Amino acid sequence: MPVAFLNFMEVTMNGLMAGVLYALVALGFVLIYKASGIFNYAQGVMALFSALTLVGIMEGQVPFSHLINALLGTEIHHFGWHINAFFGILFTMVVMVGLAYCVQRFVFRHLVGQEPIILFMATIGLAYFMEGLGDLMWGSDIKTLAVGLPQGGSFAIEDLTATWAAEGERYYGMYIDQLDIVATVVAAILVIALVLFAQYTKQGRAMRAVADDHQAALSVGISLNFIWVLVWSLAGFVAIVAGVMWGAKSGVQFSLSLIALKALPVLMLGGFTSIPGAIVGGLIIGVGEKLFEYQFGPMLGGATENWFAYVLALLFLVFRPQGLFGEKIIERV
Amino acid sequence: MSTQESYVTEDGRTIGPTVMEMKNITLRFGGVKAITDISFDIREGEIRAIIGPNGAGKSSMLNVISGFYVPQEGEVWYKGKKRPPMRPYQVAQQGIARTFQNIALFEGMTVLDNVMTGRIRQMTSGVFAQAIWKGKAEKEEVENREFVEKIIDFLEIQAIRKTPVGRLPYGLKKRVELARALAAEPSILLLDEPMAGMNVEEKEDMSRFILDMNDEFGTTIALIEHDMGVVMDLSDRVVVMDYGKKIGDGTPDEVRNNQEVIDAYLGVAHD
Repeated sequence: MPVAFLNFMEVTMNGLMAGVLYALVALGFVLIYKASGIFNYAQGVMALFSALTLVGIMEGQVPFSHLINALLGTEIHHFGWHINAFFGILFTMVVMVGLAYCVQRFVFRHLVGQEPIILFMATIGLAYFMEGLGDLMWGSDIKTLAVGLPQGGSFAIEDLTATWAAEGERYYGMYIDQLDIVATVVAAILVIALVLFAQYTKQGRAMRAVADDHQAALSVGISLNFIWVLVWSLAGFVAIVAGVMWGAKSGVQFSLSLIALKALPVLMLGGFTSIPGAIVGGLIIGVGEKLFEYQFGPMLGGATENWFAYVLALLFLVFRPQGLFGEKIIERV
Repeated sequence: MSTQESYVTEDGRTIGPTVMEMKNITLRFGGVKAITDISFDIREGEIRAIIGPNGAGKSSMLNVISGFYVPQEGEVWYKGKKRPPMRPYQVAQQGIARTFQNIALFEGMTVLDNVMTGRIRQMTSGVFAQAIWKGKAEKEEVENREFVEKIIDFLEIQAIRKTPVGRLPYGLKKRVELARALAAEPSILLLDEPMAGMNVEEKEDMSRFILDMNDEFGTTIALIEHDMGVVMDLSDRVVVMDYGKKIGDGTPDEVRNNQEVIDAYLGVAHD
């Protein structure tokens, strides 16, 4: 195979795997938007918060230690234990369910029937509240998340692909990050599990029912509050996975909450109401921006990854505003 | 005859004791009274109609029964107990199913899935059991599926089982909504204008289904309709409302000969 083609393949692979992570964040948005019509600006912060909590729990950090020390004059900071990743994630899940309940109970329950813009504003408030809460609970320093995921390039793939190039070419194999491979597998499993849950279980059916028609859902005995806590919890689980993957990649830092912004073009592409749309949209953006950078980046002075996704989303907004898989917008006159 | 004794109708159906009683219900929206001091009862196994001209408060009454509106005054008694203020989904879980005048279906879901949502009351396994979907949850799903297929056969919608509801014509949507309500095996089935917007043929079909449902499943039915003719043929007893007040209550024959009812329908001027 010619080297140019192999390079193209490598870029595409890396794009696909970056796309999976975008898709993961977008999925969190879709879950909540479908069931409650709330565009959850706090989704990225939820990922950050879950990653902070996971590190805190695993390292045995004392939550609110700065606050406690300042108030009581003590000097506590760690419990002095280490918990393995499995139980750490389990505890974090419990925390996210608790958070989902609180969000529903103390915020959105009081805003039922309000305008979408008000709900959106509430999620902006929620985002900043959670960012502050994360800071207060676990401190604002950059943390490393060591959940035992493999890091660095895969030698197996490098060795294998090195032999693919035509005889006599200078080619040393593809660089594929092992973490990206794990992230792809985990995300794929999560997505399949979510789809199966939504399609074949009673709660999943109730979730789809609520997404479709609130009044009808009430009339068959579905509690809207329960379903909303459920979707916020599921969005919390998705946030954990996204938080762990991004956190393991680039450390748990507060800029993590900005990954949510990358999910916006994904949503415009895939449609706000479609789970498959979030996945395909994520992949298109991931591959698109990597390939564009590879092909045209040098001509345009590089850093095209910063804006490519938004331009693509803009084109979609002009020509297909409902996204690839979104429900078609029909205005009846 | 006392309202608590069972009796057998001319066509051989047994009408049981009172299952629901509305006592002095008053419902206001701001200063406007939608319902004023209305009392009536619904007995087990009967077809009870609420009729009246447009704006008489029939739909409000139905919404009070199904918990969508909470009346300012009065009591709702259900199965011999006073019902505390409840949310609509709790009322549904108690076994009161309903349909809507403007059809409220899950448009994106198939007919089968729509009817399955009616079984939510009967499916008790929790989130975790459902997520793993083994043992009890699986058995439950299969059993409820069988029941739902029976309802689908009964209402003759087998051919469209897998069709997304959004694609169906109006008349069939009405029937799917009925199937969903019936799937809940309700103690009381509330029908809000089941024949609104239908042609004569569809109306006849719907009447037949309502009668068959009552006959075969023994379902207690309370329905709203403003087409007098249809109601008189279907129902055992009729409540007549006008301007939020009850102006008549009794068998179709009694109601038909009630002077106040005749006035309301023929449009005699109110003082």
